[in-house]
Amino acid sequence: MEPIISIENVSYAYEGGEQDRVDALLDVNVRVDAGEFVAIIGHNGSGKSTLAKHMNAILLPTRGDVYVLGMNTRDRSKLWSIRQAVGMVFQNPDNQIVATTVEEDVAFGPENLGVPPDEIRRRVDEALALVDMTGYEQAAPHQLSGGQKQRVAIAGVIAMRPRCIVLDEATAMLDPVGRQEVLRTVRRLASEEGIAVVHITHFMSEAVLADRVIVMDDGRIALEGAPREVFSQPDVLRQLQLDVPQVTELALELARKGVRMPRTPLTVQELAADIHALLGGCAG
Amino acid sequence: MKVPSVVIGQYIPGDSLLHRLDPRTKILLALAMVVALFTVESPWSYLMLAVLVAAAVLSSRVPVKMVLRGLRPIAFILILTFVLHLFMDPGEELFTIWRLRATHEGLRIGLLTVVRLTLLIMATSLVTLTTSPIVFTDGLERLLNPLRIVGVPAHELAMMMTIALRFIPTLLEETDKIMKAQMARGADFESGGLVNRAKSMIPILVPLFVSAFRRADELAVAMEARCYRGGQGRTRLRQLRFGPADAVVAAATIVYLAAAVVVR
Ligand SMILES: Nc1ncnc2c1ncn2[C@@H]1O[C@H](COP(=O)(O)OP(=O)(O)O)[C@@H](O)[C@H]1O
Ligand SMILES: [Mg+2]
Repeated sequence: MEPIISIENVSYAYEGGEQDRVDALLDVNVRVDAGEFVAIIGHNGSGKSTLAKHMNAILLPTRGDVYVLGMNTRDRSKLWSIRQAVGMVFQNPDNQIVATTVEEDVAFGPENLGVPPDEIRRRVDEALALVDMTGYEQAAPHQLSGGQKQRVAIAGVIAMRPRCIVLDEATAMLDPVGRQEVLRTVRRLASEEGIAVVHITHFMSEAVLADRVIVMDDGRIALEGAPREVFSQPDVLRQLQLDVPQVTELALELARKGVRMPRTPLTVQELAADIHALLGGCAG
Repeated sequence: MKVPSVVIGQYIPGDSLLHRLDPRTKILLALAMVVALFTVESPWSYLMLAVLVAAAVLSSRVPVKMVLRGLRPIAFILILTFVLHLFMDPGEELFTIWRLRATHEGLRIGLLTVVRLTLLIMATSLVTLTTSPIVFTDGLERLLNPLRIVGVPAHELAMMMTIALRFIPTLLEETDKIMKAQMARGADFESGGLVNRAKSMIPILVPLFVSAFRRADELAVAMEARCYRGGQGRTRLRQLRFGPADAVVAAATIVYLAAAVVVR
């Protein structure tokens, strides 16, 4: 199957003056397939946003190539097809909502694509339903909570009928409730709508929900794999200035104290089940 | 001190005929009204125009107070204009106070000028009072569209208005937050002379500008990521429709205005 996004040997340098060249990406390879939920983690300045901006041709690689559905992002004639296929949601919800009402904002992308009015209407209603914002069509952006604004931003992307959504720390400015709302929404998009999701986050509890975790460090991919693989290497993660999820931390501490944990648990539910099984085994 | 939570565009929702008209009809008729106001001379003409404005205000069911509020900023200009006409225009003496000679002509022209400006403000406010800002922007964009060939950036102007409307509440909220933060650090915005008070605004305006530029930068990237490439090839969710009601109202108003212009 053709990958949605294929990043091949990409390096990227921000050119400042003569001396301030910042190598933000160094020989990066990433592949994103349809319906996949990929999390990208990494400390501040590790190149996550730079990588995200390569996924829909906001930035073009200094070396290497990025393909979206087989289209090279360097190909100017494919620019709009590429941006239609890969949508972006950014960190600050306030700075990505363009219009003065929810429905007008969701319509912004389809309008830019030249979609006929009746079809825009249909897409707006569908997109708002998918993110649970039906009934807010006429609301003004500043009347919404952070989580609601981000869901409107997601709806704005969905209305363009993308194959992949990239969220660049889209949950970073939200309260726990807002984060929950956004996460529930994007997981559903991946599992039910088959839209690939690339979720950049610094919350490990969000990364454990992904199918695959990519760990970035100083412009390189330091670690990649299923969440359980990645998070069972706490020492490596700490070296990369990252934490393991609290539950995992607790389990590893228990293991050090001699408790024989059957696996590396990633969520509270998993840990609870494991401990229950262990106790059940003893107390019988 | 608190930053007022303004209602922008002062739109008052409703479903009167005036509310339901196409924004282009309303803008064009307001323009026709302005042209009529500046061509007429006779008091009868003024009376006819005043009746039209009054009828429009009443039928819109917008509180008269709201319509008159548009006059407040220019009240001083109105009074000044009236006084200048009254005492400066040459003509037959009406009365004299302290070497200032008021004339009949001055009184007449002064009054008519005040009526003219008042009707002008009322007619134009009525458009923004009965049209939501989004619809108004849409109408303006479409009206200006033909002028693109002579270089009027119709789409860009409309997009600027939309973004301004979108960000005014956000920036007001932010101003409020910054002011509270500065007050918590002991800043004082209320006492002192004009100079001191102006100076105390600097710690508010600087962060506000910095953040506004960052917002603009991020918004531009977000818009490009959503395939924004100017007005070309762009469709709209909301379609404006020039319907039968628009045709009837426009025709009737134009005939009435023409009659008001020619009446002696
Ligand atoms: N516009 C820019 N100009 C110059 N350097 C930049 C720019 N944006 C980011 N960088 C640098 O590139 C590196 C990677 O940044 P970024 O991709 O934003 O990381 P992250 O999103 O993981 O925090 C950092 O060293 C950062 O300072
Ligand atoms: Mg970043």
